[in-house]
Amino acid sequence: MTEKRKTAHDQSPGIGSGRAALDVKGRNGKRQVNSTLTPWQTVQIARHPQRPVLQDYIRMICSEFIELHGDRAFGDDQALIGGLATIGRHRVALIGHNKGKTVQENVDRNFAQARPEGYRKALRIMRLAEKFGLPVVSFVDTQGASPGLDAEERGQAEAIARNLTEMAGLRTPIIALITGEGGSGGALGIAVADVVLMMSHSIYSVISPEGCASILWRDATFSAAAAEALKLTAPSLVKLGVVDEIVEEPEGGAHRDHEATAVAIKETLAKHLKNLSALPIEKLLNKRFQKFSSMGKFAR
Amino acid sequence: MPWFSKSGKEKEKKLLGDNLWVKCGRCGAHVFKEEWAHTHKVCPKCNYHGKLTAYERISLTIDSGTFTETFASITPSDPLSFVDGKGAYPAKVDKARAKTKLNESVVTGAGRINGIPVSIAVMDFRFLGGSLGSGTGEKILRASNYSLEKEVPLIIFSSSGGARMQEGALSLMQMAKTCAGISRLNRKKIPYISVLTDPTTGGVSASFAMVGDVNIAEPGAVIGFAGRRVIEQTIQQRLPNNFQTSEFLLEHGFLDAIVNRSEIKKTLSGILSYWNHN
Repeated sequence: MTEKRKTAHDQSPGIGSGRAALDVKGRNGKRQVNSTLTPWQTVQIARHPQRPVLQDYIRMICSEFIELHGDRAFGDDQALIGGLATIGRHRVALIGHNKGKTVQENVDRNFAQARPEGYRKALRIMRLAEKFGLPVVSFVDTQGASPGLDAEERGQAEAIARNLTEMAGLRTPIIALITGEGGSGGALGIAVADVVLMMSHSIYSVISPEGCASILWRDATFSAAAAEALKLTAPSLVKLGVVDEIVEEPEGGAHRDHEATAVAIKETLAKHLKNLSALPIEKLLNKRFQKFSSMGKFAR
Repeated sequence: MPWFSKSGKEKEKKLLGDNLWVKCGRCGAHVFKEEWAHTHKVCPKCNYHGKLTAYERISLTIDSGTFTETFASITPSDPLSFVDGKGAYPAKVDKARAKTKLNESVVTGAGRINGIPVSIAVMDFRFLGGSLGSGTGEKILRASNYSLEKEVPLIIFSSSGGARMQEGALSLMQMAKTCAGISRLNRKKIPYISVLTDPTTGGVSASFAMVGDVNIAEPGAVIGFAGRRVIEQTIQQRLPNNFQTSEFLLEHGFLDAIVNRSEIKKTLSGILSYWNHN
């Protein structure tokens, strides 16, 4: 428990200073915020403490949510939850990283850093979706999979790898939406999808800017430079072919207007759920395979 | 610097300097170079399995004269125009290419293991720490596609620190890309054996390396998801001595076997001989 609080405490200076910077910008005009954000400022918005989290989205988007618990092998991870959900006229299986809104919630949910049992629960629910003929909607918001002795003992690497492999061949449509932080393998572990969406101020990266700076610059104070270099913003990732579409947030960011954010998400999900359900399954699987097998740029 | 350590270092330098001895990377024992080559870089004192180059591994695994390399010209580009505190990514790539005479961190090809035709991919840690770049992922996917087309088993030897940060999210996507290839093998019931060698960590352990039909590892290899230091900092407690080793993974159920280097070829062909036997 103490170490988790310490993690939260360690992060607070970054969030605090970022928030201060945004508030200044906010006073100067919200419009400016959207167009002139640096990648590092986007990182701060993606981590903003008032940004909507999964429980907000479920409340605002789903007319029903039946939570399903447990991986049937070890336990029930509250960092990554899932269940059956109704979004408009669509019935889906919903999975997602579960950040809290208070320190206590975050401690209980391990700051949405899922353990292997979380990824295995997600896979179990995805298999259920396949059996029930339901599309999967995945909400991604984690700084990364949980690093810890327990996670390693229970096979964090295997759990993520298994999801990547099984999701590639899952015989039902999958939509992933990066809502806040798309932290490396912990994000990808529920984000192999037919359509990958990103909120306009979310981030998706192979490593956190802080981690990258401490390895490649040998100094975590270069996090802003690392954020720039990693091309972790939604527009950059659309250009790189990693992300299909951006869901625009209200002016200033999702934290300024939860309802408007939810409306934008609901509309986008409905559009893609409709489109994907029209595709025959073999065509869908081929498209998914082509999509991921064409990712990457190399020379020869 | 105290006199004794200096003199110790000098003594060691003299010992190693005459080019007859190799120092074991784990126990520090001085091993006669001839013996080191004879054991294929396995320490006769502590059974430490030193890192092999991709071609050393291939010559140890694939029947002599049967190996054909594929996709050898694939090499990194610089999709992010990545520059860090120590310079630009292309400069690092050039250095790695010059040092290793390889174009990517993996060598792929086709060959036979005790007569059984296979598709094989072998990572080489010397090339940017065996990191998983776009070119690496592409070659591994093509090796698995070759398996699918020719209906021959896939063997991957992993040795990697993980994803290649300099290629950002494209590097991350190679995890999904390589696993998509494995998924197709599963569907078509083509065997895939993963051999994890020192080290197999981060994005490589969390993708293709961990989802073999059979996972085997060399003794004492470091295998894990998160870095040891990151975990120690997060949980503020000392980790068990064998933490994130082959032995730790075997104990926790993530490996089928730990196999000495000299036995790997025989083990691979032994397992594969059960495929479509009846």
